Amino acid sequence: MKKGRYGIYGGQYIPETLMNAIIELEAAYNHYKKDESFIREFNSLLAEYAGRPSRLYYAKNMTENLKGAKIYLKREDLNHTGSHKINNVLGQVLLAKKMGKTRVIAETGAGQHGVATATAAALLGLECEIFMGKEDTERQALNVYRMRLLGAKVHAVTSGTQTLKDAVNETFREWSTRIDDTHYVLGSVMGPHPFPEIVRDFQSVIGREVKEQMLEAEGRLPDVILACVGGGSNAMGIFYEFIGHPEVRLIGCEAAGLGVDTDKTAATMATGRVGIFHGMKSYFCQDEYGQIAPVYSISAGLDYPGVGPEHSYLKDIKRAEYVPVTDKEAVEAFEYLSRIEGIIPAVESAHAVAYAMKLAPTMDKDKIMVINLSGRGDKDVAAIARYKGEDIYE
Amino acid sequence: MNRIERAFSNGKAFIPFITAGDPTIEVTEKLVYKLADAGVDLIELGIPFSDPVAEGSVIQAADVRALSSGTTTDKIFDMVKRIRMTCDVPIAFMTYVNPVFSYGADRFMRNCKEAGVDAIIIPDLPYEERDEIRPYCNKHGITYISMIAPTSKERIGNIVSDAEGFIYCVSSLGVTGVRQNIGLDSLEMVRSVKSVKNIPCAIGFGISTPEQARAMAEISDGVIVGSAIVRIIERHGNECIEPVIDYVKSMLAASKDKS
Repeated sequence: MKKGRYGIYGGQYIPETLMNAIIELEAAYNHYKKDESFIREFNSLLAEYAGRPSRLYYAKNMTENLKGAKIYLKREDLNHTGSHKINNVLGQVLLAKKMGKTRVIAETGAGQHGVATATAAALLGLECEIFMGKEDTERQALNVYRMRLLGAKVHAVTSGTQTLKDAVNETFREWSTRIDDTHYVLGSVMGPHPFPEIVRDFQSVIGREVKEQMLEAEGRLPDVILACVGGGSNAMGIFYEFIGHPEVRLIGCEAAGLGVDTDKTAATMATGRVGIFHGMKSYFCQDEYGQIAPVYSISAGLDYPGVGPEHSYLKDIKRAEYVPVTDKEAVEAFEYLSRIEGIIPAVESAHAVAYAMKLAPTMDKDKIMVINLSGRGDKDVAAIARYKGEDIYE
Repeated sequence: MNRIERAFSNGKAFIPFITAGDPTIEVTEKLVYKLADAGVDLIELGIPFSDPVAEGSVIQAADVRALSSGTTTDKIFDMVKRIRMTCDVPIAFMTYVNPVFSYGADRFMRNCKEAGVDAIIIPDLPYEERDEIRPYCNKHGITYISMIAPTSKERIGNIVSDAEGFIYCVSSLGVTGVRQNIGLDSLEMVRSVKSVKNIPCAIGFGISTPEQARAMAEISDGVIVGSAIVRIIERHGNECIEPVIDYVKSMLAASKDKS
């Protein structure tokens, strides 16, 4: 396969101003990913600071209640900062520091990636600025304060739909004004090469741990793995180790919003077509003229009109399946997991839980399912309460 | 001599940018006639895109206005066809890769040819990815314009060897928009280009005053002005033609000024 390509997907579609920055990043990454001391430092941060390995928890109550496959939860919600985002961020901020950068910038949707980036920047002593859609700063006001508390400057992005896509636009714009001392910590397996590869590699620790933990617990690999997909970093992180094991079904759950037959949806695989945007060729929600569609999901983290290029490739070669999950189903799953296991999932992760609730009962009891619980739901409590008609504000 | 070559055959070229459909297709069409009458050498016509990542806030807002007035790629092709019945000012489209890719690059360039568009500029299609679109430009005889930036450095050799028409030199880091200080790197960029190949260089990004236009014209073959014009359109809406032309005349005179 061509460098930076996944089948026809991927590539480097960015303005000339940024090309040398991307080339410099690629060279640095190719060097440090083989550098013993970098690897040691990264692994030590994952263990000592992020709290890895995260637990693979047997969800006994859920399993008994659904009367089907045996369900395990990969507890990325227990990581420091409350989601899988910390894995990638520690890697990238460490890489930025090795490259001599003194400042990091990042986009954020739900705020998890922004909080994680601000955290890593605080730890490693880099300046940090976060770009967040204005609508998201309102949906996730507490995370905005968290980032500030961690020493980051937060910019509310008022262009376009004022959500994740616009935050990415603005971070690219900011990067093109200041490249020498600044690294863009992209938060998902998307954007121009080498970002999809870097983020996947840093997140692939999730799948490697699952494999080891599953072999220990059950002596075999799981039958199915579920993860939510916006850009797709937690899904790529848990899928990657299993791509070469075709007996393991990989299912990505995307945000259908009010439904894939409405225009209030963010289900890129179900409703999009191939396009080129944000530096990559992949599937995008767009109109007949290639204008990027305004998308919608209750989940700020999945409210994105595209998907990482490797996911598009996995879909085309039918190695992974992608299914839409509505707001309503996700909120039901949010409440269900809270009550049945005492675990409040991020509303993003609740999309994967929702599909598990449909799939598990159709599977035999000797089958094994793993759900990537990519984040914790504390940040979503007020929004879900409002969705349910309760007048609660943060 | 094709129309792009002609644009650089009348002293220093002055190249205004406007977003097609801002505020409406009708106003854009009138603006094109008036700009041609005023004597501009080439018109850069933006096809609006929902997410123009190389643009600053002024042109972003123009894209929003154009899209909300119902502008589509097909309506812009139709407009150029009408313009070509009476006016042969050189026209380059400026748009992003997705509107071209999504339309079908072959069909897009064929329509450019049929409508009478001379060239295309795609800021998010760097040298490494040019094969996505460029073969279709060649097939239909549309000039593919390459861009270089102050960060391009050792990349200039490859980009320029391969270039045709003219080189779009991005004056400074960042996105489009009016700037106080420009051009620190421009002279160096133009020299690097000319050391590879004798191809016209036009400088854009940030130019808004006659002084800047004069200074940039002095060190290059042409001056591109976008945001400063679009700001006048934003302020005056449907009544923008007269103030735009007044402004363009002053910039045109400064660019052509040989003193």
